[in-house]
Amino acid sequence: MKRVEVVVVGAGAAGMAAAKGAAENGAHVLLLDNENWVGGILQQCIHNGFGVHRYKEELTGPEFAERLKKEIPSDVEVMTGSFVHKIFPEEKKLIVISRRGIEEIHYESMVFATGAREKTFQSLLIPGTRPVGIYTAGQAQRMINIDGYLPGKRALVLGSGDVGLIMARRMHLEGMEVIGVVERLPYPGGLRRNVKQCLEDFDIPLYLSHTVVRVEGFPRLEKVIVAKVDGKFSPIPGTEKELKVDTLVVSVGLVPVKKLLAKFVDVESGILVSNSGQTSVDSIFAAGNVTTIFDLVDYVANEGEKAGKNAALYAKGKFEGKRIPVKKGEGVKVLHPKWYDPSDPLSVYLRVSRPMERAVVRIGKYEIEAEDLTPAEMVHVEIEPPCEDEIVVSVTEV
Amino acid sequence: MKIAVIGGGIVGTLIARLLSFYEADVTLIEKENDVGWGVTKANSGIIHAGYDDEPGTLRASLVVPGNEAYTQLQKDLDFPFMRVGSHVLAFNESDLKTLEELYKRGEKNGIKGMKILDREEVLSMIPKVNPDVKASLYAPSAGIVIPWRVALSASDNFVMNGGKLALGERVVDIEVSGGRVRKVITDKNEYEADVVINASGLFADEIAKMAGAESVPIHPRKGEYILLDTQEYTNYVLFPTPSHGSKGMLVVPTLSENTLIGPNAVDLPPDKKGDVSTTESGLKEVHEGAKKLIPSIKLNKVLRTFAGLRPESPQRDFFIKESEKVWGFINVAAIRSPGLTAAPAIAEYVVEELLQQRLKINLQKKREYIKSIKSIQKVSRLSIEDWAELVRKDERYGNIICVCNRVTEGEIVEAVKRGARTLDSVKFRTGAMCGPCQAARCAMKIAKIISREAGIPIEEILLNADGSNIAVGKVRP
Amino acid sequence: MERIKCVRCPLGCMLKVKVTKDGIEVEGNRCPRGEEFALQEIENPMRILTTSVRVSGGVLPLVSVKTSGAVPRDKIKELMDHIKSLEVEAPVKIGDVIEKNVLNLGVDLVATRDCDEK
Ligand SMILES: Cc1cc2nc3c(=O)[nH]c(=O)nc-3n(C[C@H](O)[C@@H](O)[C@H](O)COP(=O)(O)OP(=O)(O)OC[C@H]3O[C@@H](n4cnc5c(N)ncnc54)[C@H](O)[C@@H]3O)c2cc1C
Ligand SMILES: Cc1cc2nc3c(=O)[nH]c(=O)nc-3n(C[C@H](O)[C@H](O)[C@H](O)COP(=O)(O)OP(=O)(O)OC[C@H]3O[C@@H](n4cnc5c(N)ncnc54)[C@H](O)[C@@H]3O)c2cc1C
Ligand code: SF4
Repeated sequence: MKRVEVVVVGAGAAGMAAAKGAAENGAHVLLLDNENWVGGILQQCIHNGFGVHRYKEELTGPEFAERLKKEIPSDVEVMTGSFVHKIFPEEKKLIVISRRGIEEIHYESMVFATGAREKTFQSLLIPGTRPVGIYTAGQAQRMINIDGYLPGKRALVLGSGDVGLIMARRMHLEGMEVIGVVERLPYPGGLRRNVKQCLEDFDIPLYLSHTVVRVEGFPRLEKVIVAKVDGKFSPIPGTEKELKVDTLVVSVGLVPVKKLLAKFVDVESGILVSNSGQTSVDSIFAAGNVTTIFDLVDYVANEGEKAGKNAALYAKGKFEGKRIPVKKGEGVKVLHPKWYDPSDPLSVYLRVSRPMERAVVRIGKYEIEAEDLTPAEMVHVEIEPPCEDEIVVSVTEV
Repeated sequence: MKIAVIGGGIVGTLIARLLSFYEADVTLIEKENDVGWGVTKANSGIIHAGYDDEPGTLRASLVVPGNEAYTQLQKDLDFPFMRVGSHVLAFNESDLKTLEELYKRGEKNGIKGMKILDREEVLSMIPKVNPDVKASLYAPSAGIVIPWRVALSASDNFVMNGGKLALGERVVDIEVSGGRVRKVITDKNEYEADVVINASGLFADEIAKMAGAESVPIHPRKGEYILLDTQEYTNYVLFPTPSHGSKGMLVVPTLSENTLIGPNAVDLPPDKKGDVSTTESGLKEVHEGAKKLIPSIKLNKVLRTFAGLRPESPQRDFFIKESEKVWGFINVAAIRSPGLTAAPAIAEYVVEELLQQRLKINLQKKREYIKSIKSIQKVSRLSIEDWAELVRKDERYGNIICVCNRVTEGEIVEAVKRGARTLDSVKFRTGAMCGPCQAARCAMKIAKIISREAGIPIEEILLNADGSNIAVGKVRP
Repeated sequence: MERIKCVRCPLGCMLKVKVTKDGIEVEGNRCPRGEEFALQEIENPMRILTTSVRVSGGVLPLVSVKTSGAVPRDKIKELMDHIKSLEVEAPVKIGDVIEKNVLNLGVDLVATRDCDEK
């Protein structure tokens, strides 16, 4: 049995930053991760584009992780190769499995930062065979960048989110033939910068308003049948095209990894938190992709650091969070956080429900003008509103 | 006495295991790279109570004993099995009549504990059931099983008793002379044989033809499924009332805490015995069918979809018989549903009745043989104290590899020790790679463990069949 | 007028670029680097290249690398071919220069992670 003030579950960008935030506020911190390293998904993202906000510099994923690691005070205890198996929020304890044994950890407060996993091809109900050669983008990314193996020779990418775009370029550079990226939306799912540097630079075609309707081949993938879709994402008969590939890389979104806590705290798609990082259970904080899917690791790190700080204050009896509802108004598809706690500025992250050229973002009584908004790119606004009963966030096209 | 068993499905492996208790030289030949990858891999996994079959058929006589045999078989072979009970749900007057008939038939077949429940009782047992339900036929003896685990344990037990397992070998011919079987020829080897047992599932007609023995034509009838990552809908196996001989679409809880819905039934021509692809219309039909039993079933937690093929023949009964043309050739063919249920009884019937009685082969029990084995520990099911004790002895049981289903390095190493060389072999033995991430996070880690333990380069590690290499080369060769 | 996505940082401003006789006029940039980028993108597009280099004797088979500055986009293929032929010995430290002035492009190839000895 071990006793700490703040336990941080997951040592990706959110968890590392939380450990830093908590330790800098005087807490005795334990940082846990199942991998044998810290940094989480960053370690496999060897492309550049991390840290522009936080470090005013463009770093690769592993470099960003290294920077953040150096900021963690040395008195933080880090346990890698340690899997959190069960959490007992009422008793404020959790069970950790590692090669060293099975340990019970008692905490005063917790920061939950387990990130997101990828939606799988199998969950999309796309008919056909079940061959080798279908990988999620993150899986292919890890295989190529960390393990050093190529999944196939000729690939198609499904989903134009950032991970999909980045992987199209990676596979192309490492010598695979990438014949295109298929996206069911009428606009790209990832950052514009990635469409340009990952696809346009290498003449990789992007098929918007298209989806995969069937896969063929066994035991190896041989063909992917794609079709145009209508406004409801239903394939349009007669538009099917057969593409001969041995690899299908699927990047159709991320799902917060929240199972361990889902029974105990309020959740929607992710774990719901206030702008202080507090969940519906006072002693539990959460940050990063387990709360909502962020575009930029910079945002993730900032939210993690804040959650860590507040978890430390909570552990010392110096934090009393408020939860003023932050509500979705028109034009908003994704909104974070769920509640406003006036002890920190309100950092609002939102995704619009459709592309807008010029718009007004309203947060309670505040109005901000914005340009060129797309659902793919998260809007981030930080304000310090007065206490109200609730804060409605909306985006109106002008 | 040299015996060749063709086909490592649940039927072939249970026959081979039973034979391994006797003084005989037994070889089990399977074309796939592991046992249990044929019909045994993709089905509803139900151990039926046994009211579906007309008394007097071979099926009826094997299903109820088969069901009963599972209690002891589970003790011996240590596979996941639970008698959760089943309900046949009735929604109208004609269904109610059918329930009565099933009940009577079940009594004749010797089923114990059946009851016809009224609407209130059904609703209290299955709160999410379609409220239009009128009654159900409840059979407490029905159970659920992980079918490939039966085949794997049976085959492991067979090997422990000295049986020879020939995996990845396809039987291409059977040599017959003087009216007797002589040899089984595979694409890699030849095996002398005095007796050949044909348990080759969908291909039993083709194998019988190789020997010039009697055969029944077999065509595949596809059944598609959707596997859901939840068990919120039912704790019991749910059937609609059968009509026109079809069992209809079911809702089945599984022993991996999931829910299976399906199967539909689509007849395919005999040359489509490898077509286990799913179809858009089939998956729709499955969802619609399942909603008739549990209207709230949603497809927001889909783990995966798959399809299985029933070995159907025009005569609807099993075809289990010694050949009258070729001495020593035994057909165990047309083992359609409920073949899983009947399998232990089929094995007994083949060894006791056909070999000993009809062919008059006097098999002697070995003086010593192993009859019960332990399967790989599922450590995450242990108490924390027991798990901790295990980690103290072997730290690899503290290294979580499959995070979805909490499978440790220790379990994977043990699977490799027991012969697993492909990712699917590890999956079917340990339950790794079956969770919501569908191997995205652990496949490569598992490949590395197989590579290290068995000394196979990563590029040569297969997902399942030959040619399914998970990597085609190195990034920097 | 041309619309160019600025790729200097992940904000990815949509630049509206007008080429005039005295140079270019840029709108839509959220910082001065956007203007610089637009000029370059029109004259000679430059990119940072990230990839991996083979390691011998390391705990990992590869170490991730980047070019220390942007290189002309049309040199990327040649540069990749060259990088594929390289090998370094473990240990490698983040920031280590794997090769100075690669292909005379005026930038170095730099390790972006540690790789310990096996
Ligand atoms: C494994 C992993 C790797 C990561 N790698 C990186 C990285 O390299 N760089 C980085 O900056 N961050 C990375 N991140 C974190 C990153 O910040 C993510 O949160 C990222 O912004 C989400 O983008 P996405 O592509 O994964 O998903 P999304 O942005 O959700 O993209 C999925 C797209 O698929 C489309 N789609 C869905 N269904 C269908 C269908 N049936 N047919 C056609 N299209 C469909 C959707 O419309 C959507 O546009 C990673 C995270 C993980 C878990
Ligand atoms: C959709 C569906 C649902 C079902 N549901 C149930 C249920 O709920 N309950 C129940 O009791 N039963 C059920 N069944 C029936 C049950 O699954 C089968 O009866 C049983 O699995 C048959 O086992 P088997 O060993 O005969 O066949 P298989 O498992 O197919 O074994 C035959 C083996 O022979 C091998 N083989 C074939 N040809 C050769 C060759 N030339 N050389 C070497 N090896 C060869 C194959 O690879 C295969 O492994 C269902 C079946 C289906 C398809
Ligand atoms: S203009 Fe400035 S802020 Fe905008 S994308 Fe370019 S570098 Fe980033």
